[in-house]
Amino acid sequence: MSGEKETQKKELGERSVIKASEMDPSFKYKISKIPGAEKIMLCFQCGTCTADCPIARFSDSYRPRKLLRMTQLGLKDRVLSSDVIWLCAACFTCVDHCPQDVGIASIIRAIRNLAVKEENMPIVYRDLASTILKSGYAYKISELRLRKRKEQGLPLLPKANIESVAKLFNITGVSKTIEKERA
Amino acid sequence: MLEIPELRYLIFLGCVVPYRISSYEISARKVLDKLGVELVEMPEFNCCGFPLDPVNHDAMLTLAARNLCLAEEQNLNIMTLCNGCFSVLNHVNKDLKEDKEIREKVNGYLKEIGMEFKGTITVKHLVHVLAEDVGLEKIKEAVQKPLNPLRVAQHIGCHIPRPAKYTGSDDPENPAILKDLIKATGAECLDYMDETECCGNPIIGVNSQIPLQLARDKLNHVKAVGAQALITVCPFCHMMFDLHQSRIERAFNEKFGIPVLHYTQLLGLAMSFSPHELGFKELRVDATKLLNQLGS
Repeated sequence: MSGEKETQKKELGERSVIKASEMDPSFKYKISKIPGAEKIMLCFQCGTCTADCPIARFSDSYRPRKLLRMTQLGLKDRVLSSDVIWLCAACFTCVDHCPQDVGIASIIRAIRNLAVKEENMPIVYRDLASTILKSGYAYKISELRLRKRKEQGLPLLPKANIESVAKLFNITGVSKTIEKERA
Repeated sequence: MLEIPELRYLIFLGCVVPYRISSYEISARKVLDKLGVELVEMPEFNCCGFPLDPVNHDAMLTLAARNLCLAEEQNLNIMTLCNGCFSVLNHVNKDLKEDKEIREKVNGYLKEIGMEFKGTITVKHLVHVLAEDVGLEKIKEAVQKPLNPLRVAQHIGCHIPRPAKYTGSDDPENPAILKDLIKATGAECLDYMDETECCGNPIIGVNSQIPLQLARDKLNHVKAVGAQALITVCPFCHMMFDLHQSRIERAFNEKFGIPVLHYTQLLGLAMSFSPHELGFKELRVDATKLLNQLGS
């Protein structure tokens, strides 16, 4: 592969000793109160999610089983500051295969949402959110593209109601996240 | 409440299709029109919400719900072209219909913009409209030039079969819906290894190496069975295999040259539309050889 390597700066700290003082026993309860993540405690570490995960096959560090165990253990800081949590592609293979119906993908989403509050968010998400705020669409659709639609016999692309989008961004807290990341 | 008419849908374009994958929209509109499906344009819409779920779940819920409310105002079911849009809109629609707590929370947000989710419509993907509403028989009748000698492979993507609890897929490990649609054109649909595996594209903005490896694996499996084209039904997956195919070839020093067609282009050829009418010139991987073989 041409030069590029999978660079995960902040891995899950597997080589360092876990100190009891690092563990936050309330973390799993906090996670379990988030809609979709209620069943975190049901994970019994069978590893089906990880064996079947297409990302784990090509990643040295992304292991959903491990992420869930660390969450159960209360290794809050390691989990929330990790880059690895951003590798789930939301393919939902683990969701369908989990014998305990843990709902792993939504637990990872819950972890990501908390990590964002700790200012751990890949830049791509800030870009996507900013573009949605500006245009209503996730990608900047160029004037050329818009004009080309006419030549292609396609109907005009409607302008999204960005006032409404901005209001929703404000009340759900996304606006604040984007501003904080910018600062 | 007005009865929702048959074969009439509000088309939800999403962002990826107008951003880059117009060939999908062009071909979908052509074949659906000829099959008697009426598409109504959305007066306006916003991103389905998919890219915001990792950042803020509530924001994803409200963006999706806003689109659902717009469809409720039109009293029409939604048809999406994109798997991601289908996944999010269908999931949120079902959750809001069934879970009072989530519905109340989201309606609290929507009140700020003068909207309320009522739960009166359903969300479908193009493949559901074709296979279930139009029906395979009607599609077979519309085929004028069966694509008999052609051997292709399917990539259905993640979000039509999974998660089964929400998609209602008959068999998420071996979904038949796209295979049946391909067979209806007269083309042969070949089995290959790891057919239902992810294209990898959702994380390409975070890590490009893993998605390229995933897509490379898939293209190798497709090549191994001798498929002449890969058939997709998602603009995001299409981007991965068509737009990024030359990048994958360079990265791994391998040659694939596998044309990646939207299902609606394949069906369109069988329905006697010309490659020009179906937006073939928008494709990055050259499909000339395949078209010559079909005499299109």
